[in-house]
Amino acid sequence: MAQSSDIMRSLIGLVIMAAIAGLVIGFSENLSRERIAENRREALLATLHQVIDPGTYDNDLLESHRRIAVAPLLDPTGPVDAYLATRNGAPVAALFTAKALDGYNGAIELLIAVRFDGSLAGVRVLSHRETPGLGDQVEASRSDWVLQFDGRSLQQPDLDDWAVKADGGSFDGLTGATVTPRAVVKAVRNTLLYFEQQRPDLFDTWPKPGRPGEDS
Amino acid sequence: MSSEIETVIPPARPQAGLWDQNPALVQMLGLCPLMAVTTTTINGFALGLGTLAVLVCSNLLISASRHWLRDPVRLPACVLLIAALVTAVDLLTQGFLPELYRVLGLFIPLIITNCAILGRAETCARHHGLATAGLDGLSYGLGFLGVLTVLGAFREIAGRGVLLSNLDLLFKDSAFEGLRLADGGLLLMVLPPGAFIAFGFLVAGFNLIRTRRKAPE
Repeated sequence: MAQSSDIMRSLIGLVIMAAIAGLVIGFSENLSRERIAENRREALLATLHQVIDPGTYDNDLLESHRRIAVAPLLDPTGPVDAYLATRNGAPVAALFTAKALDGYNGAIELLIAVRFDGSLAGVRVLSHRETPGLGDQVEASRSDWVLQFDGRSLQQPDLDDWAVKADGGSFDGLTGATVTPRAVVKAVRNTLLYFEQQRPDLFDTWPKPGRPGEDS
Repeated sequence: MSSEIETVIPPARPQAGLWDQNPALVQMLGLCPLMAVTTTTINGFALGLGTLAVLVCSNLLISASRHWLRDPVRLPACVLLIAALVTAVDLLTQGFLPELYRVLGLFIPLIITNCAILGRAETCARHHGLATAGLDGLSYGLGFLGVLTVLGAFREIAGRGVLLSNLDLLFKDSAFEGLRLADGGLLLMVLPPGAFIAFGFLVAGFNLIRTRRKAPE
């Protein structure tokens, strides 16, 4: 009898402590939930604004998000995120997350913005595992290398010249890293090819997100 | 110190946490987050603040529950409570200091594994009243915070030649860009081995001061 009441008292203590723990977590979750969601949106928007000038479009970029289930040119391994920038309802640019699988050390994730006319608005490397000091120069914070894509298109240079100089193309390489720039150039080229193929569909099937009242 | 060590209640000496029984320098507890985040002063200071908050709250709550929380379940209950408090710190940092969270995010959950917190719960909070336990948490928390900050400052200066950079992570609108003391520094010091080297010097210096102080007595 004494023993079972002992267990009972232990159990009650544990239950009360669990309740306190639950309250602590519930309270702080409640307090921060909205702000966490807001912070995530802001962080994502800040990332997107690295490749597209916020002054050039007027729709809600995050609202325009859609997931493209199959796009082997962008990422053979899985779905791709895409965003569509418009101004007064007219298409301005499309943003894609692409993946270069043939990096020196695994996949390189890219964010690529293509203007409606087929020229590149910007390219950024979102994540990679390239060699520090060599391949990591593809990051915009470490060198200007990735900025050379700005304004390029499939006509400038010609499709055949979409390669690093070492391979006879017209893009600068990186000292000490051959594989990394090659992979990025190829991925950007493939994204432009994808855009060219899909442009009619891409902008027609997208819900018209124009919101004239919200000029930025 | 007799064989009855089990029944002896350690006397409350809250102030010991600051120096004599410093959790990091003397007890060598919580070194994993300590090594990992002290690449800058602000990083160290911020994780120290998180640890301090968890330590004070857990000490207070465990002290408050000391009469009804029975021995067989005390340990799991304490771990549960500490885990909940750390989760709260994690969520609040994520919500209110997102830039800081991007730097420290990975290490905040590691506060749970900081044995200094469970250690204070076991040796002090479960025996003493709210005031003593709270003070004890404050003192040991500040002791830990101090070491994190000093180590962060040391590695920041030695590794990058600046002090107090990235102040905006903690104080949002700060325009202060840090004191530039030298151009560049020894990269090694901001890499993981630098943490061991710097911490070694810190412990050595601490021991030197302690023995010097004791000698005249």
